[in-house]
Amino acid sequence: MTMIFGVPLAVFMGQLMLGLINGAFYALLSLGLAVIFGLLKIINFAHGAQYMLGAFAALLGLQYLGINYWVALLLVPLVVGALGVVIERTLLRRIAHLDHLYGLLLTYGLALIFEGTLINFFGVSGSSYPVPEALQGGVNLGFMFLPLYRGWVLVAALVVCLGTWFMIERTRLGAYLRAGTENPALMQAFGVNVPQLITLTYGFGVALAAFAGVLAAPLYPVSPTMGSSLLIVVFAVVVIGGMGSILGAVLTGLGMGLVEGLTKVYYPEAANTVIFLVMILVLMLRPAGLFGKEA
Amino acid sequence: MNNKSSVFKKRALVAVMASLMAASAKAEISDDKVVIGYMDDMSGPYSDLAGPAGQTAVEMAIEDFGGEVNGKPIELISSDHRNDPAVASNLAREWMDQDAVDMITGLNASSVAIAVSKLVEEKNKFAMVTTAAADSITGEHCTPNHVHWVYDTFAVSDAAARAIVEQGGESWFLMSSDYAFGHAMEAAVENAVEESGGTIAGKIRHPFPTDDFSSYILQAQGSGADIIGLASAGSDLINAIKTAYQFGVPQSGQTLASLMVFITDMHSLGLDVAQGTQFVTGWYWDMDDQAREWAERFQEREGRMPTMIQAGNYSAVTHYLQAVEATGSDDPEDVRQYLMENPIEDFFARNGRLREDGRMVHDMYLAEVKSPEESTGEWDLYEIKSTIPAEEAFRPLSESQCDLVNN
Repeated sequence: MTMIFGVPLAVFMGQLMLGLINGAFYALLSLGLAVIFGLLKIINFAHGAQYMLGAFAALLGLQYLGINYWVALLLVPLVVGALGVVIERTLLRRIAHLDHLYGLLLTYGLALIFEGTLINFFGVSGSSYPVPEALQGGVNLGFMFLPLYRGWVLVAALVVCLGTWFMIERTRLGAYLRAGTENPALMQAFGVNVPQLITLTYGFGVALAAFAGVLAAPLYPVSPTMGSSLLIVVFAVVVIGGMGSILGAVLTGLGMGLVEGLTKVYYPEAANTVIFLVMILVLMLRPAGLFGKEA
Repeated sequence: MNNKSSVFKKRALVAVMASLMAASAKAEISDDKVVIGYMDDMSGPYSDLAGPAGQTAVEMAIEDFGGEVNGKPIELISSDHRNDPAVASNLAREWMDQDAVDMITGLNASSVAIAVSKLVEEKNKFAMVTTAAADSITGEHCTPNHVHWVYDTFAVSDAAARAIVEQGGESWFLMSSDYAFGHAMEAAVENAVEESGGTIAGKIRHPFPTDDFSSYILQAQGSGADIIGLASAGSDLINAIKTAYQFGVPQSGQTLASLMVFITDMHSLGLDVAQGTQFVTGWYWDMDDQAREWAERFQEREGRMPTMIQAGNYSAVTHYLQAVEATGSDDPEDVRQYLMENPIEDFFARNGRLREDGRMVHDMYLAEVKSPEESTGEWDLYEIKSTIPAEEAFRPLSESQCDLVNN
C-alpha cells in the first residue's frame, strides 16, 4: 500500500476530499462576508446566525409546510435575504456613517437575539434534517466511500461561488458594485441608485449565508448555535484571504478546508486551531491577507 | 422513690446537656430555613439534558415535600454557571456566604463539580453532584461534604463495553473527546475491553466540541475494527453518529457503541439513525409504573420526558430533605450519616446505598434504542435489556483512590 508520511494513500486522499467539502462551506460563507464588507464596510457578525436561520427555515418549512429540500434551496435564501434587506433598511443604514465598530456591535447583537429566541423555543440539542431522497447513499471512489450528498454540496457550493465571482467581476451590475465601493458619490452623480445597490448587496450576502445553511442542514444537527462556532473560523478565513477580496475568500476557504483536513490526519488535536495558526502567520508576514491589496 | 427521681433527674440533666451541646454544634436547621442552590449549564451544550428542566425537577421535589421541613421553609435559588469552574466557584461562594445556601446540586461539567465540591468542604456545606460524569469526583477528588448521585464514567462505560465484547465485538476503535471526561472514559473502556478479551485496534481524540466528524469516522472505518466506541457526549455524540451513518459505517457491518447517552440525544437523532445503539443508563422513564408516574407529571410541566439526570435531581433533593427531616439538622455530617445508614430507594434509585466515598450506587440498566417499527410514540425510545446490580455497576471500593476509604 502506498504511504504518504506514514498514512495510507487511500486515507490521505479521503481526507483531502473531506477537506475540500468543508472548504466549500468556508468559501460560501466567507464569500458572503467578503461581498458585504467590500461594499458596505460592515463586519457582519450576524452572518453565522443568518446561516443558522437558513438551516432552521429549511427544517421548519419541511416540518410544518411540507416544503421539500429542492424548493427550500431556492426559497429559503430569498426569504432570509429579504430579512437581510429589512435589517439593512431599518438598522444598518442608520449607522452607516459611524465607525465600523458600531456595525459589528449591532450585527453581533442581532445574532444573539436570533440565537436566544430560537434556543428559547427549540433548545440547544437541535434536530436532524433528512438527506433528500435523490442524494441518499454514496459512491465508492476507490479510495473512499463518498456520500452522494457531500459530493452535491461540493458541486453546488463551487457553482454558486464561481457564479458570484463572475457576476461581480464580469458583468455590468458587478461593475456598478465595484465602482460604488470605490467612489459612491461619483456613482450617485452618474445616476446610479447607490443606497439601493447597498441594500441589495447586503440582502445578497445574507442570502448566500442562508443558502449555505440549507446545504448544511442534512449534514450537521440543525441547532440555534450551529452558526456561532462556524463564524469564528470563517472570519479567520476572511482575514487570511484578505478582507473584501472575492476570489481570495473562495480560494482561501477551499485551501483552509484542505489544511484542516490534513491536520486531522497527522495531528487531530490541533484541528480546531490550525486555521488560527495560519491566520497569525499571515498577519505577521502579509498583514493585508494573501489576496488583499496592501493599503 | 427518692432514688428513682434522682436517677430521673440525672438522666434529664444529661439529656438536656447533650441536646444543648449538640445544638451549639449542630443538630438544628441553620438560619431557620433550608436553602437549596441549583447550579447547572442553563443555556449551553448540556442545557437540554439537565438545565432549566432539571430545575423543574428540583422544584417538584420541594413542592412534593410540602415546601417545608420540620416547620422550616425550603427555599430554592438557581443560576447558570456556563460550564465554567471560575464562574461556578464565585457563585457558590456567594451563595454560601450571603444567601445561607445549605446544599448545592446539579453541577454539570466535571471541572465545575470538582471545583465547587472543594469549596463546599471548606465552608462545611453539602453538595449533591447529579450532572457531571467523571468518576474521579468520588475518587481522588472525594470530600466528606459531597455525594455523586446519578451515574459516572465508569458506570456507563464498563458494563457496556464488557457486554459488547461478550456479544462478539472484539476489536475496538475508540473515539473520545479530548478533555478530562473523554480521557476518563477512554481509560475505562480500554480496561474493560482488554480484561474481557477484546483488543483496541486504534484510538483517536477529537477536539471538544467538534461539528465535523467525517475525517475521524473515515479513520475509524479504515481501521477495520468491529466496534467504533464513542466516548463523547451531547452534540458531539449526535454529530459522530449522524456522520457515521452517512458514510455507511453501520451498513457495512461495523457497530457503533455510544457510551454516554441521554434520551434527549436519541430523541434529537431520530430512531432511523439511532436504532440498535447499546448503552448503559441510570434510569429510563418507561422502565416501570413508578418511573412512568413521575415522568408523566414531569412531562405535563415540561412538554417532554425527563433524562436520567432530571429524575436524579428529584431523587437527590428528596433524599436530602428526608435526611434533614429525620435528623432535624442540615449539618452535612448528620445528613451524610443518615443517607449512608438508610437505603436509597425511590422511583429513580433501585437497591441504592451511599458508599463511604460519596458514591450513591444503584442498579444501572443495559438498554438498546428501538427501531422505528418497534417504537409506539415520540418518547418510546429504549428497550431495557438487562439490569446491572448496584454493587457491580460502579467502580469497586477496592480500586478507590478516595482518602475516605481505607484501602
